Amino acid sequence: MSDVIRKFTRTVPDWRPRVAPIRLEDATPEQLEALQVTPSNTKISAYVLTLAHDVETLKVRSPLFNGIMYDKGGLSREERELGALAASMVNHCIYCAAVHAGRHAQIAKDTSVTDELFAKGTKAELSPRDRAIFDFAHALSQTPSEASAEQMSALRDAGLDEAEILDLILSASLFGWANRLMHVLGDPVRKGGA
Amino acid sequence: MSSETLTGNTLVDLSDIAAGSPVAAAMEGRANIIALSGTTEEAVLKPQETGAWSHDVRAALAARIAALNGETALADRYCALIADAGIADLADPLSSGKGQGLETVCDFMDKVAVQTRDVDARDIRSLQEAGISDADIVRLCEINAFMAYQVRVLAGIRLMKEGRA
Repeated sequence: MSDVIRKFTRTVPDWRPRVAPIRLEDATPEQLEALQVTPSNTKISAYVLTLAHDVETLKVRSPLFNGIMYDKGGLSREERELGALAASMVNHCIYCAAVHAGRHAQIAKDTSVTDELFAKGTKAELSPRDRAIFDFAHALSQTPSEASAEQMSALRDAGLDEAEILDLILSASLFGWANRLMHVLGDPVRKGGA
Repeated sequence: MSSETLTGNTLVDLSDIAAGSPVAAAMEGRANIIALSGTTEEAVLKPQETGAWSHDVRAALAARIAALNGETALADRYCALIADAGIADLADPLSSGKGQGLETVCDFMDKVAVQTRDVDARDIRSLQEAGISDADIVRLCEINAFMAYQVRVLAGIRLMKEGRA
């Protein structure tokens, strides 16, 4: 379909599900309860309404997601976003890549890193620390993982401590998860289209 | 259907981190996340509402994805949860799933696990045409998605540990 976006962009698209999301009026009490634990409860997205089909997982997934991306200490938020972006680029999840490239640019107050990544992919010119982070997360996101001892050493050489490295593993891995929902269950489409 | 819960925490058990090591300290710093990962594993593999996918089928599909990722110990751990011998061979990526009537499901799960970027609307349509409900499609995706996380956290922690040896 022509309105499906296939190229990486920081402009967050709409997401059109490939399965029917639950309808709020048909939701079970457990589904209603789970929908309230998601960050924005005023207008519930089609994505969350789709995931509500598996309410037991949805309920526990939000606190895990928020913990990995936002808990204090460890890797900077900006660098967690870079891990998320690397995974989303491997899995070609246009929607996740847009959201997390956008957050990276917003936190860094700089679009140059994500511009460079979207333009040149793995050949992007990055600072040594971003290079080590992106390369590790990109390799970890392959199936099976291609992350190597050399890449782990590169993280340490770039100055990441153990807590930061664990946070990078968690954020890249979390997007191995998120991409397999977002990219598989729906299409990224132009806003206001369809 | 078996009702026992998963024993221990899979990430902790399989990472086998030496107490007092720097990697152990990093894991302790994120103890909440490691615990929530275990809670999520329970929700994905042993939900009360299983839909079309029994606990045995879920364990077998999880083991299959672990095997596709080369995570043998994880695959073994999930295989040990399978009570029905008629389901067990689904855990082998070389099994087509035909014997259990799950050929389309296995094709889908393998593609989502390994060739994620190539998945498109036709893959969802083929499940729907095989009579699988939308809710059960979401359940399959959650099993696959959680496993993608689990295998990578394990692979990453292993590298942290080895690099320090």
